[in-house]
Amino acid sequence: MTDTDRGTQRDRDSAFYLFTQQNLPACKPVLTPEWVFMTFLFIGFIFIPVGLVTLRASHSVVEIVERYDIGCVPEPFRINKVSYIQDDSIPKNCSFSFKVPKYMKAPIYIYYQLDNYYQNHRRYVKSRSDKQLLHGQNQHGISSCQPVEVNNDRPIIPCGLIAWSLFNDTFTFIRNRAELKVNRKNIAWKSDREHKFGKNVYPFNFQNGTLIGGGKLNPRIPLSDQEDLIVWMRTSALPSFRKLYGRIEKDLDVDDVVVVHLMNNYNTYSFGGKKKLVLSTTSWLGGKNDFLGLAYVFIGSSSVTIAVVFTLLHLLSQRH
Amino acid sequence: MKLVFLPMQQTISEDLGQVEYIMTDKTGTLTENRMIFRRCCISGVFYGNESGDALKDMKLLNAVAGGSPDVVQFLTVMAICNTVVPIKSKTGAISYKAQSQDEDALVNAAAQLHMVYANKNANILEIRFNGSVIKYEVLEILEFTSDRKRMSVVVKDCQTGKIVLLSKGADEAILPYAFVGQQTRTFIEAVEQYAQLGLRTLCLACRELREDEYQEWSLMFKEASSTLVDREWRIAEACQRLEHDFEVLGVTAIEDRLQDGVPETIETLRKAGINFWMLTGDKQNTAIQIALSCNFISPEPKGQLLLIDGKTEDEVCRSLERVLLTMRITSSEPKDVAFVVDGWALEIALKHYRKAFTELAILSRTAICCRVTPSQKAQLVELLKSCDYRTLAIGDGGNDVRMIQQADIGVGISGREGLQAARAADYSIGKFRFLKRLILVHGRYSYNRTAFLSQYSFYKSLVICFIQIFFSFISGVSGTSLFNSVSLMAYNVFYTSVPVLVSVLDKDLSEGTIMQHPQILFYCQAGRLLNPSTFAGWFGRSLFHAIVVFVISIHAYAYEKSEMEELSMVALSGCIWLQAFVVALETNSFTILQHLAIWGNLVAFYVINWIFSAIPASGMYTIMFRLCRQPSYWITMSLIVAAGMGPVLALKYFRYTYRPSKINTLQQAERMGGPILTLGNIEPHPRPMEKEVVSPLQISQPKNRNPVYEPLLSDSPNSSRRSLGSGAPFDFFQSQSRLSSSYSRNCKDN
Repeated sequence: MTDTDRGTQRDRDSAFYLFTQQNLPACKPVLTPEWVFMTFLFIGFIFIPVGLVTLRASHSVVEIVERYDIGCVPEPFRINKVSYIQDDSIPKNCSFSFKVPKYMKAPIYIYYQLDNYYQNHRRYVKSRSDKQLLHGQNQHGISSCQPVEVNNDRPIIPCGLIAWSLFNDTFTFIRNRAELKVNRKNIAWKSDREHKFGKNVYPFNFQNGTLIGGGKLNPRIPLSDQEDLIVWMRTSALPSFRKLYGRIEKDLDVDDVVVVHLMNNYNTYSFGGKKKLVLSTTSWLGGKNDFLGLAYVFIGSSSVTIAVVFTLLHLLSQRH
Repeated sequence: MKLVFLPMQQTISEDLGQVEYIMTDKTGTLTENRMIFRRCCISGVFYGNESGDALKDMKLLNAVAGGSPDVVQFLTVMAICNTVVPIKSKTGAISYKAQSQDEDALVNAAAQLHMVYANKNANILEIRFNGSVIKYEVLEILEFTSDRKRMSVVVKDCQTGKIVLLSKGADEAILPYAFVGQQTRTFIEAVEQYAQLGLRTLCLACRELREDEYQEWSLMFKEASSTLVDREWRIAEACQRLEHDFEVLGVTAIEDRLQDGVPETIETLRKAGINFWMLTGDKQNTAIQIALSCNFISPEPKGQLLLIDGKTEDEVCRSLERVLLTMRITSSEPKDVAFVVDGWALEIALKHYRKAFTELAILSRTAICCRVTPSQKAQLVELLKSCDYRTLAIGDGGNDVRMIQQADIGVGISGREGLQAARAADYSIGKFRFLKRLILVHGRYSYNRTAFLSQYSFYKSLVICFIQIFFSFISGVSGTSLFNSVSLMAYNVFYTSVPVLVSVLDKDLSEGTIMQHPQILFYCQAGRLLNPSTFAGWFGRSLFHAIVVFVISIHAYAYEKSEMEELSMVALSGCIWLQAFVVALETNSFTILQHLAIWGNLVAFYVINWIFSAIPASGMYTIMFRLCRQPSYWITMSLIVAAGMGPVLALKYFRYTYRPSKINTLQQAERMGGPILTLGNIEPHPRPMEKEVVSPLQISQPKNRNPVYEPLLSDSPNSSRRSLGSGAPFDFFQSQSRLSSSYSRNCKDN
């Protein structure tokens, strides 16, 4: 062998040569029956236990859901709920009670749930100004807030449809004649409070127009501390959603009767939305949601079925 | 030897895998174009018949030594009737620069027979013969044209002052113009005999001119050469005036050897279902001989040659009808039928019987067209293209350029005739046998990869689109985008492009297997990997995956978790996970690069999103960190992957095992132990395997293009074919009986 031959031989072994000639060593997996059976069995044996654990976690969550939007409208106004809710002269307070079905361990999360509320509508989602929320008074960059950006030629802070439609029902809870304290601090994300809503930005000219959308804001509290607003501004992707209202930091026992006093201010009647109050404990997976567990058990058991069917098919075809 | 293909144009590499017709030149393409003077016939005496080499024939050497006038005259024509330029090196050796390989062979042969063309000084030629120097003055050169098929020189002997016309050319351009009374029988016989041996023949002739005849003609020729209108025709006419009443001196026979590996290449490619047409400017007999020697057509009992000839329209018509009839009858028999047509008949057939000829072209797997001009070559390619066949033209010389440009794919052989063809071609290769690898390996891989790449690209984009559509139904049909703008922008560019790009390294079968089972190319020709039904499969898969991702995301992240940014990232990462597994499932061979691209891309997706999540100003600030800390996120991801890929895997396995394509069968065979299928190792054990591989191929009718298997890439083949086949003869074609038979024949060859 001459020197040049040896040179080319070395070149031919180099990774780059193998790459350019598309001769890199490759493994060629083939769908062998054993491999496929094992895969499906493996999926089955992983998914069914995980599904059961997930279901168990979901079932360990105690959840109380009470719809109140119809019950809180007095009988005479049931025909025309919209006129009732828009009439400021009628008192809006309302109360109902419920029995705790199971022991609930603190913290108990209080959510309000809105159904048929399209917080993901394109024009609604866009109608906000993140710049203004963080930096405050700024004539620029509030054009995105249309149609609620100025009132009487002065900018609105916070501007936009989302802020304008702030949820403003309030709840108080009474057990055994004593008020249950609701902790309404730290219900918004810390990152939002610190980096998305300004510490020096105060509500201004808010909810002063002719059309009142929802709640008002205390103009002396900076936006970074208006946690209800911050929670509300995290728009939901689905037309049914829950937002955190507060936490009860006491355990509730079985058969405790809790009376809820609420101010039924928020208008969902004009578009047929529903309002619900939700009390829920939490698990490592979050709230009560059977979907993941059921889906896991379903996928796991179908995988095992497929594995069995394929094994039978394989055995049958081999016999023939 | 290093195989080098130089693609001049990258866009058609996938077409290579779909070639159905190969139009090949003969000289220089199938043959080496290295001409060697082998035999000759001088005034009725055959030289070189015994030894096969006239230069070693003692009879001829003696005749030369004896100075026989016929032989000397013959050698003179060989030596000077050409446009060769002799070049003297410093050592005194003479080498020749010739445009034509034939002339080169003739001059060299003459030199070996002591008629040395020594020098050219302006118009004065010097020839050394047996020690004496003879000088000639060249008066005119009547150059070779493909219409006249001969070339001549007019020279003046400097000693005697005699003016002589020396000519050489094709037999039909010389022998009919012999002077009245000369017996040309022996020459015709010689030409026949040589052509049957596959040799190229040239006839040499001369005529003595009178001084005044020459002067008169010279004026006319000069005038013709300087006209502006119709100059070529005028010159040809002028030449005609001079080139007659020849004294035919003899016939030369030049051998042009086949290139290495030509028969094997043609056999392999024909097994792959590719039809070969030979288009050559050569004589019919020579062409047939070459065709026989390179497996182009089979010898008598198995093959059959149908001749289309005739001088007049009627004759051609009758012969065409007859051939067509035979072709229809024999098409159901396992017989190799080829038709042979010459340039003259072809001209008539193309002009007046185009429809019949087209049917013949479709019926015939093999054709030999001889004595065709470059423009006729191009016309034939166009004819096949108009029937919507994918054509490949391969040639080496300037006369193939038009055909190469006309064909879907042009392949040039950079050979001894210069680079003209190679420059005009899409691919340029060094030898004909590389065509096998070019089509079977590169063309097939390219087609497979393109088919995967294009369908996968549709798939991944559709997944996102479907999710957006579903989301619009739960967002009040307002057109809200579920995904944020960064994700939408990066999805096609960063998140999903890299894994599929490395599919350029994917090989479904090893090269060795493809070479052994060229039939596998049918899958490319019939467009089995990219057609409406496979496309529908990918479409359905994207719809299914979009449903899986969407339904799981909105249910797992319902109520208090339904925050917009979070849900959007859950859905997006679900898509990315599915993409990675889809590419992994569709990849046939994993090199390290594929693993890097597929799994590295998945990691990169998270890294990119973590970076975005770390920027306070971005909309998705902290989102990805939050998600990655949640167990429910990872549980959702594995649910999406299992729900999305489980059915796909099950379906793929089912097809693979119980409805396997030939590719799958070969893949399985390959895995059972790579070298089992190599010819040397076929032992009794793998034999049934081998049979299994072959027998299903008989069932498959790749040319059977039912609507389902219509190739997507070609523009509606059926419509164009139907428009062609409005007449009755085409019903036959559509009945496919030829097609099935041709393939069963094919498999018999196995």
